Amino acid sequence: MGALSALAAAMADGTVRTVDLTFTLDPDFPVLVLPQELGQCEPFRVEEVSRYDARGPGWYWQNFTCNEHTGTHFDAPIHWISGRDLPNNSVDTIPVERFVAPAVVADFSAECAADEDFVLTAAHVKAWENTHGKIVAGSWFLFRTDWSKRDPAAYINLREDGAHSPGPDAGALEYLIHEAGIVGFGVETIGTDAGQGEHFDPPHPAHLLLHGNNRYGLQCLRNLDQLPPVGAMLICAPLKIKQGSGSPLRVLALVEEQA
Amino acid sequence: MTAPLARPPRKNPQRRSRVATIPPRPRSRVALAFSARAARGEFQLQVCADCGAVAYPPRDACARCWSVDLRWQPMEPAGELLALSVLDSSTNVYFRQRMPWRVGTVRLAADVSVLAHVHSDVAEGDKVRMIARTDKAGQGVLMALPVEETPHMDDDPQLRELTCSPRHRRVLLTDIRSSVAQALIPMLKESGAAIIFAGLAEPWKQNDAVTVAVADECVQLAELNVTDTGSVRECAASIGHKVDILINTASHVRPGGALDQPLVEARREMETNYFGLLRLLQYFAPVMRSRGADGANSATCWTNLLSVYARSSWPAYATSSASQAAALSLAQAARAEFVGSGVKVMNVFHGPLEDPWYEPVSPPLVTPAKLASVTVKGLCEGLEEAVAGDIATDVVNRWREDPGVLEFELQHEREVD
Amino acid sequence: MSRGGARQPYDGVVAAVPVTVPYERYSHQSAHWWVGRAMKALAQASGLKPDEIDGFCVSSFSLLPDTAVGLTQHLGLCPRWLDHIPMGGASGVVALRRATRAVQAGDAEVVACVAGDTNQISSFKNMLTSFSRFSQDASFPYGSGGPNANFALMTKAFMNRYGTSREAFGQVCVDQRDSALAIPFAMMKKPLTLEQYLNARIIADPLRLFDCVMPCAGAEGFLVMREETARALKLPAVQVLSTIERHNAFSADPIQLRGGWEMDRDELWSQAGVSPDAVDLLQTYDDYPVICAMQMEDLGFCEKGGVDEFIRGHTMTCDGSFPHNTSGGQLSTGQAGAAGGYIGLVEALRQLTGQALGKQVPDARVAVVSGFGMINFDRGVCTAAAVLAGPGKAAGVEAAAA
Repeated sequence: MGALSALAAAMADGTVRTVDLTFTLDPDFPVLVLPQELGQCEPFRVEEVSRYDARGPGWYWQNFTCNEHTGTHFDAPIHWISGRDLPNNSVDTIPVERFVAPAVVADFSAECAADEDFVLTAAHVKAWENTHGKIVAGSWFLFRTDWSKRDPAAYINLREDGAHSPGPDAGALEYLIHEAGIVGFGVETIGTDAGQGEHFDPPHPAHLLLHGNNRYGLQCLRNLDQLPPVGAMLICAPLKIKQGSGSPLRVLALVEEQA
Repeated sequence: MTAPLARPPRKNPQRRSRVATIPPRPRSRVALAFSARAARGEFQLQVCADCGAVAYPPRDACARCWSVDLRWQPMEPAGELLALSVLDSSTNVYFRQRMPWRVGTVRLAADVSVLAHVHSDVAEGDKVRMIARTDKAGQGVLMALPVEETPHMDDDPQLRELTCSPRHRRVLLTDIRSSVAQALIPMLKESGAAIIFAGLAEPWKQNDAVTVAVADECVQLAELNVTDTGSVRECAASIGHKVDILINTASHVRPGGALDQPLVEARREMETNYFGLLRLLQYFAPVMRSRGADGANSATCWTNLLSVYARSSWPAYATSSASQAAALSLAQAARAEFVGSGVKVMNVFHGPLEDPWYEPVSPPLVTPAKLASVTVKGLCEGLEEAVAGDIATDVVNRWREDPGVLEFELQHEREVD
Repeated sequence: MSRGGARQPYDGVVAAVPVTVPYERYSHQSAHWWVGRAMKALAQASGLKPDEIDGFCVSSFSLLPDTAVGLTQHLGLCPRWLDHIPMGGASGVVALRRATRAVQAGDAEVVACVAGDTNQISSFKNMLTSFSRFSQDASFPYGSGGPNANFALMTKAFMNRYGTSREAFGQVCVDQRDSALAIPFAMMKKPLTLEQYLNARIIADPLRLFDCVMPCAGAEGFLVMREETARALKLPAVQVLSTIERHNAFSADPIQLRGGWEMDRDELWSQAGVSPDAVDLLQTYDDYPVICAMQMEDLGFCEKGGVDEFIRGHTMTCDGSFPHNTSGGQLSTGQAGAAGGYIGLVEALRQLTGQALGKQVPDARVAVVSGFGMINFDRGVCTAAAVLAGPGKAAGVEAAAA
């Protein structure tokens, strides 16, 4: 039996389960808030074209508009200035095999519940590896914070000095990229960087280092609590937008049931 | 003395709401000039440029010297009520529904006689103060009021037909984040508004001013985002039947010329200022239109707060001006579509606001409080057009005088300090 | 500006053949139908064939989009003199005035003067809404009371100024009702008491129900021809002693308390060669009693402001001391549109020729007919009056002049 036939059988008998890690595209879902004089992320919007009515008697369809970074979305290297000159750096040119990759899930939800500005460091990652084993090269590192369980206001958690949400520091990323060899970094929050990441040294370390090293980002993930620390397979193919810096997408995880 | 208007009871579900009817609407073309001025609350009559005779009813040629050079000029709003009749019969359904109805012959200080609606605190032989307003048909009419303020005089049923008084009415402010909306709340309360619905977009964005504003007992929060069709639809489904006055406070403005404004910003301006208004119209206007005669707290006014540069582009704010012009165009069409419903459309034109997005502009900027007070005054007086602030007044005057020259002038107002 | 000499008399011309098409409250017919019936009645009563009528003059509110021109084709007329008089309550006298001159000058042999209107359920309202530009712009939007509102204000101002009592107005209405009871097609068929008048329901304060006319359908007409033509046809005829016409008089008056008659009444009496006390009956335009009172004053039957005493000093029935609106007038018979501008003239022709439909005024020899028309904005614009003499009186006047 070939590998795919085995997978198909496992999926059919429930040994392998599919988990949806995606938020619904909804006009009410928060988007990144930047200082007002900067360009802003367009929220998801939808306009009905017809709904079994005079505009189209037998069918229903809608137009939608949004930013490449609205809702659960994928960040390509070209998104950041550090990745702008890399080869295959936009969603339409990234080699497709990168879109299907193993994932590890590091659960820091307890730490984040205690500290909404929790910073993930290299030491945290190494400690996790001590428990769960070395991260296999080419894996996604998914940072579980349980942030996706918050209501919209607590999720964006905006205050006068900006958003407050957890994220990694430069050391964590240097380790994950150069030592662990991850394909990308996935988070539940609205950005791969911490809410206060702008004030880190260097600013926005996740965006800067991930994309400067041709790695990817996944944001606004949910249901990470349904994944094992090790062993899930992630399927996350963005829309093939010409020169796209990212795209909303459906993120799926294949999870093997514990025997 | 006018009896104070009691707070209307809740609707009796077994009764049909009164269908809107209107007073006679047809007018000659010249008389439309009277209506256009009445819509601004201006009492103007034609004066012959050659002989100085005042013409009324509106004419095409002077009845004294046959000059055709008749010019609209402000009149002293004074007169004397020569004769009063209280009508108990009319050929028009609108009036039949509202009998008895007081009309009278007034001799104006300008030495012409006019027919006018007559306030209940005016008696035959009294000196009167004249106002010109649009009626429920949207046409200009005259009304004789007492010279001095009398108790509860705004509650006179005939006067209330001409105004859009917030008293006992429910008001929707479409975007409570706007500083104008926040300034409107205490003024609307002061004018007797029963409920103020505060439209709030993106409630996940915390804002102290909003928290304070919605803490008021009169204020009810209503989730509403004018850039989101679904949100507008859901808000209208929830409170649309209770909105007697809608004040569109949602606005998006960015400095920038046609050559350099980022398209996404220009599009946002359109999304809010033009499409936002269009969405509100499509979901809120139909139910308001159906409630134009729904008792003492009938739907009465749709209010747009528009930049005066809707009239003529200010190149420093090119795309903003364009979106405001688009909104004005829509408001004009909406006014036509409201005809017959008794709901007025009031446009309040304002100049640059004291607002971060007008920061480089030199004074005199209009404060949110000033814009709010002009808006509430406009409602209380039943205007369809009001102007807030010195810059807006100046631009409107120049536009009325010669829009072509104004366009040239505004080219040189390209630079901001 | 002085007048260029004395006015020519109306010698040799007479008015004859008074006809009335019985009124109906509502009619689904057109104005053309009512005018056609009046023409048929004129032909039958005179014995003239259609092609013998070479002059035609019409007044009607509900003829639109047609005018007198359209009616020539519609009715197969081929006139060499044609007029259309849109003067409402002044139409009858003005038609007589013009037709008389046309016949006198030889421009026409026989002129048919006709006024008629239909009254469909909505025609009164339609007529008001498109009555005039000034009323559309500056009167109708104020309560849409139509003439009720205008005359309420005029009545109020008149009462305020001259102290005229409602009882005086009431007496006019009560006496006219007495005359109307003899007219079979009159809208009002019951006697009216002063008490009923005073206590009727309010229409437009101070006007109550019996101050107002009831709109209806109907037509009135008469012929104007040379005296010898009438004699040849054996038609009893009436002479025109004098006429006046005035429009937009006293436009500077703040509110209408007087009409154009006051400007021209001296000429009316001097041309007629009679004085008011020689008049046997008066037909005023009577859409509201205040206007009857105004005509009595302005034509010189009493002093300005003295009408209250004048009315109370008389009985105004056919057998009274001052016979007035002897067919019941519009107040009791009904207002058949423009025919309301003819009703008094046609009635005067009947009374002077002894052909009264209802009660006959004894020894009626001199009649005054007065017209008032068109509340264009806040007041009536057109005024007119004529002094007429029946066969007996005409001979007497000629003898006196000789």
